[in-house]
Amino acid sequence: MDFSDTPEEAAFRVQARTWLETNATPRTTEGSEYESLGERIGEAELAAAKGWQKKKADAGWACLHWPRAFGGRDATPIQTVIWSQEEARFKTPPNIYLIGHGMAGPTLMIHGSAEQQQRWLPRMLSGEEVWCQLFSEPSAGSDLAGLRTSAVRDGDYWVVNGQKIWTTGAQFCDWGILVARHDPGLAKHSGLTYFVVDMRSPGIEIRPITQIDGGQGFNEVFFTDVRIPDSNRIGEVGEGWRVAITTLMNERATVGTLSGDAFGSADLIDLAARLEVDGAPALANAAVREKIASFHVIAKGVELTGRRIVSDLSQGKMPGPEASLMKLLGARLIQDMAAYAMDLQGEAGAMVGVDDAAHQGRWQYRYLAISGFRIAGGTDEVLRNIIAERVLGLPADVRADKGMAFRDIPRGG
Amino acid sequence: MNFDFSEDQKFVQRTAAEYLADHAPLSVCREVLESDQPYAQELWKGAAALGWLGTTIPEQYGGAGLGYLELAVIAEEVGRVLAPIPFGGSVYLATEALILAGSPEQKQRYLPRLAAGEIIGAFALAEGAGQTAADRVATRFDHGTLSGSKVPVLDGGVADFAVVVARGEQGISLALVDLDAEGVSVEPVTCFDPSRPQARLEFAEAPAQQLGEAVDGLALVERVIDGAAVLTAFEQLGGAARAFDITRQYLLERYAFGRPVASFQAIKHRLADLWCEIELARSNCYYGAWALSCGEAELGVAAAVARIAASDVFCKATQEMIQMHGGVGYTWEFDCHLFYRRAKLLAASLGSTSGWKRKLMDRLTQAAA
Ligand SMILES: Cc1cc2nc3c(=O)[nH]c(=O)nc-3n(C[C@H](O)[C@H](O)[C@H](O)COP(=O)(O)OP(=O)(O)OC[C@H]3O[C@@H](n4cnc5c(N)ncnc54)[C@H](O)[C@@H]3O)c2cc1C
Repeated sequence: MDFSDTPEEAAFRVQARTWLETNATPRTTEGSEYESLGERIGEAELAAAKGWQKKKADAGWACLHWPRAFGGRDATPIQTVIWSQEEARFKTPPNIYLIGHGMAGPTLMIHGSAEQQQRWLPRMLSGEEVWCQLFSEPSAGSDLAGLRTSAVRDGDYWVVNGQKIWTTGAQFCDWGILVARHDPGLAKHSGLTYFVVDMRSPGIEIRPITQIDGGQGFNEVFFTDVRIPDSNRIGEVGEGWRVAITTLMNERATVGTLSGDAFGSADLIDLAARLEVDGAPALANAAVREKIASFHVIAKGVELTGRRIVSDLSQGKMPGPEASLMKLLGARLIQDMAAYAMDLQGEAGAMVGVDDAAHQGRWQYRYLAISGFRIAGGTDEVLRNIIAERVLGLPADVRADKGMAFRDIPRGG
Repeated sequence: MNFDFSEDQKFVQRTAAEYLADHAPLSVCREVLESDQPYAQELWKGAAALGWLGTTIPEQYGGAGLGYLELAVIAEEVGRVLAPIPFGGSVYLATEALILAGSPEQKQRYLPRLAAGEIIGAFALAEGAGQTAADRVATRFDHGTLSGSKVPVLDGGVADFAVVVARGEQGISLALVDLDAEGVSVEPVTCFDPSRPQARLEFAEAPAQQLGEAVDGLALVERVIDGAAVLTAFEQLGGAARAFDITRQYLLERYAFGRPVASFQAIKHRLADLWCEIELARSNCYYGAWALSCGEAELGVAAAVARIAASDVFCKATQEMIQMHGGVGYTWEFDCHLFYRRAKLLAASLGSTSGWKRKLMDRLTQAAA
């Protein structure tokens, strides 16, 4: 056991930091950053994000753990963590590549043909092409396999009709990963097939949805007779669920590498040093100190658990359902910390103006955005089910739709 | 970076687990709980024979000369079986204090016999109800004599000697006192967890020696307690994991409304949450063990973090254990209360969670300043 860098790791860290220092500006605790899931991405943010990704790709700092064949550097999971720790110390544009690099890419590497990989992965890595995830539907979120969007074979094409929702980034994405139902006569998990769809195909209509924080990160996406070539199918017909599981497992593992500062208590300590309680600095108040200490214990635990998961990955293990705990505990922690930070601000906790609010409204924004994070990528309740059933081996929930053909399953209003 | 124990350390852990599975079923803990015997003597002999008592004692003093990571994995197994032996007080505290600060003569006098299990040590800090701060103790140590009263002292009733936190002219120091000496009286106290008895030690000008050189006694006390907190955290972790396993198994076998109770989502989700908290505490414990094993400056923070997480999760796991067993969980006959008691004992000895939270913040804000 060794929590410090080996000499090779230390050298790699210096190399990463040196490159970042010449190519980016360090982050400070000042300023109101937007910690959300890609909201507020306008032309300028998009250009900045693509510029940053291109710069990294040109210098060999993009998708480090990907194979060299696709532009990566075959880095170890630990090196990837070192890189993200270092990158987090700098001001960088919003990351619009989480779905591509963290989910679609790894899925294509496992289930895509060599030709498909060569076609999509290099430009995904360089950031020229951005990807979105077309999984959820109005009546299929947690119960994703209950999706209804249909794909009907027509020669070398598939014709897709239906509606997706909550599609993050659809308005600026080039490609989407799509799960659709090719046969409603089969049981619900068996009738699914997985595709890559060109987001500029005729028949796709994208309508942004406004979130509780006023941003428009996600969208409704309507499909009307959209034609997808069969060469864009990933995996066999009817294997869609299996392929989708790969995507979802990677989605949860991605969150593991997001840890670090985001979950840390340092911001809260900084805030408490700036505010007063009963005429003395909040940071000197015993109740405040005990509360922050409690947060710190969880924050450190989440961070270290992330590192343990990475340790497992470096021993060649696959990202397992264990990674769900990072998102489950991390999101609740951030929500609790943000709520407490607003509480500490007293009546002023209800202001978000950059000039008037402590920390320029950072905590208020966090408090709004984090409530979406507890839902996106598997709700808290779904994650608990996954842990209970797949890690702890407890019996599966009773299912009312077991063994039925999809078309016969009862549906709500 | 590597966040896992080595193959050798895992082997030490497996060996300990196998030995304890054979020699320390929960009935051994219960026997001590229900009888007058203060600890399981056969098990203690076994622990000595396997070299556990001298894990970190240097070879020149008859120990194994291993590190804290090895001791940590043994502690986890000791915790898992609720071993009713004076392991914590003697090994994590008294022995460690001697290794850290004892003079060569003191080491020579005590360590070989500690390693062999011939003598037992205790560590005396608390002085009654309330949270005892090391710099506030009233017990006096002047001119080679000790006066004052210490209660509760874990394993005080069976110890041959004690390391006592006391105040002298130079400030706080650690005094070494043999408990059969003149002026020492040892009284049993009624314990919340009788499987690990505590005692009251009274000193009336009892002969004692300073442990090692006159040094910054307070820093030494903190260091001893931090180390013991990490090792105790592993015991707590083992206890929590075992309580969880027993509960999970019970719920898989227990049926209600025509299905296993473990299939109800209210239960599944609580078990999932508890498992997450145990894993979180595990990560924090590993960090503490690492900081302890390589003498990192981070030990102060790491020990507090491990301690708080492990105390909280062991208590919570045992509360859930009784709740999820239903009526039988509340019976003397079922083992749930052994865990419930041990969790509270371990969370209290070495100082309460709220005290540790204050310490943690002091250390965090000092580190930042
Ligand atoms: C910010 C954000 C970004 C998103 N981005 C994307 C994206 O890019 N692509 C995409 O495909 N989707 C995306 N999603 C959708 C997300 O995956 C779904 O919202 C999520 O899976 C929940 O589905 P739902 O909204 O239909 O809620 P429902 O499934 O209707 O859930 C409602 C409530 O019921 C609970 N519940 C449901 N089933 C169970 C059960 N079996 N046991 C116990 N409780 C249960 C849920 O936990 C929840 O509390 C995004 C969501 C958010 C909030």
